[in-house]
Amino acid sequence: MAEQNSQSDVSDNGTGTHKITARNVNVFYDDKQAIDDVSIDVDMENVTAFIGPSGCGKSTFLRTINRMNDTIPSARVEGEIKLDGKDIYDASMDVVQLRARVGMVFQKPNPFPKSIYDNIAYGPNIHGLAANKAELDMIVERSLQRAGLWNEVKDRLSDSGTALSGGQQQRLCIARAIAVDPEVILMDEPCSALDPIATAKIEELIHELRGKYAIIIVTHNMQQAARVSQRTAFFHLGNLVEFGVTSDIFTNPQKTRTQDYITGRYG
Amino acid sequence: MMNSGNKHTLSAFDEEMDKIRSLISEMGSRAESAVEGAMKALLTNDMELAKKIRNDDKIIDRLEKEVERIIVQTIALRAPMADDLRELIAAIKISAVIERIGDYSKNIAKRVGHLKTEDFLSDNNALQRMGEIAGEMVRTAMESYAKRDIDLAIAVTRRDDDVDQLYKELFVDFVGFIAKHPEAAQEVAHLLFISKNLERIGDHSTTCAGMIYFTETGENLPDD
Repeated sequence: MAEQNSQSDVSDNGTGTHKITARNVNVFYDDKQAIDDVSIDVDMENVTAFIGPSGCGKSTFLRTINRMNDTIPSARVEGEIKLDGKDIYDASMDVVQLRARVGMVFQKPNPFPKSIYDNIAYGPNIHGLAANKAELDMIVERSLQRAGLWNEVKDRLSDSGTALSGGQQQRLCIARAIAVDPEVILMDEPCSALDPIATAKIEELIHELRGKYAIIIVTHNMQQAARVSQRTAFFHLGNLVEFGVTSDIFTNPQKTRTQDYITGRYG
Repeated sequence: MMNSGNKHTLSAFDEEMDKIRSLISEMGSRAESAVEGAMKALLTNDMELAKKIRNDDKIIDRLEKEVERIIVQTIALRAPMADDLRELIAAIKISAVIERIGDYSKNIAKRVGHLKTEDFLSDNNALQRMGEIAGEMVRTAMESYAKRDIDLAIAVTRRDDDVDQLYKELFVDFVGFIAKHPEAAQEVAHLLFISKNLERIGDHSTTCAGMIYFTETGENLPDD
């Protein structure tokens, strides 16, 4: 049962166009290596889930994709990550622009302490996406529609975003990410603070957004990965152990470490 | 990907899986005795043994229901994945086919006493041989299950060809015998059904072997 982690295992599992291609990525926090030689392709057509135990590097790797690690002084990224074939770590890359193209939703809903309307309008405003108020209104409505929140908030757009329920706040954050017309949405444990009903709504939303954006979701909940994704990547100790079609990973994984993790035989 | 042999972090999950395995092994061992006992009762015209086989089938039926209950519960409560999921799905099918093997043995046992042409029966080595092979297939399938041994599972499927061939030969013999001795048609029809039951026991053992192979490898048994 020798484990192999050849390039062929991880490079061509997608059926569609590769939106993100990562090659031989290493991430260090000072001397400590958090990601070890990870190569992976993410496509537009499928939702990709990153799973693995705490400290396995899945969130660290997720954050390299919109350069969130730049905010951590001790973090150092090596290797190559391309968005539509362009290296996002190239000196010419505008990081603010990159983060508009690669949006992020966090574990805990973090709406701005502003009105629901302003939460959505903020991004389009600073990126100059709306020429006038009417256009901005349209973006706000469309984003809230797409996030499945419009009907619940259309009559109280001036209420504070923080007054919404946890699940609504999380959908507000997704609407906020959508508002700047991103190409990729990164979700870091987006449901871990939500109840099962709110979780189901977010999962349904992910299903509806599939194909419109390349979506990567980090989750500790393996059933959630099984439900929402079509591709699953299993990380362990900074390595990408296995990457493949979700139904294959959960019924017949090829690596012992993957199998032990998903069946609850870990540690 | 075969089981790593590591324990689940939740020991209760391991206990449930062990319980299911142990019940299926008990079912298998009872089915094996039923096949062998039914053939022995038939060949020695032992009515007492035949009655015991018929009664004991109820125990196999009860065990199947118990296995099914625990599997449904385990799937609902543990949300099993990978080899655990495959093992539970296979276990449902395996317990169902073992229950059928019990039924076929009971059916053979029911025919004991209806056969007067004992000479014909004792001369009929092919039927005896078929019974021996069918019994051996059940035994090997259950050994494969207990040891999680895919080579034994493959061996079971190979033996099925022999049973099928014997069935074809016996069918021709029996039909020919009826043509020559129409007065024995009823008794020979019993023999024909017995041979068909043994052929089905072979098929079910093969299904069982296929599910063991699937559990261990995640693949279907290759056709050859």
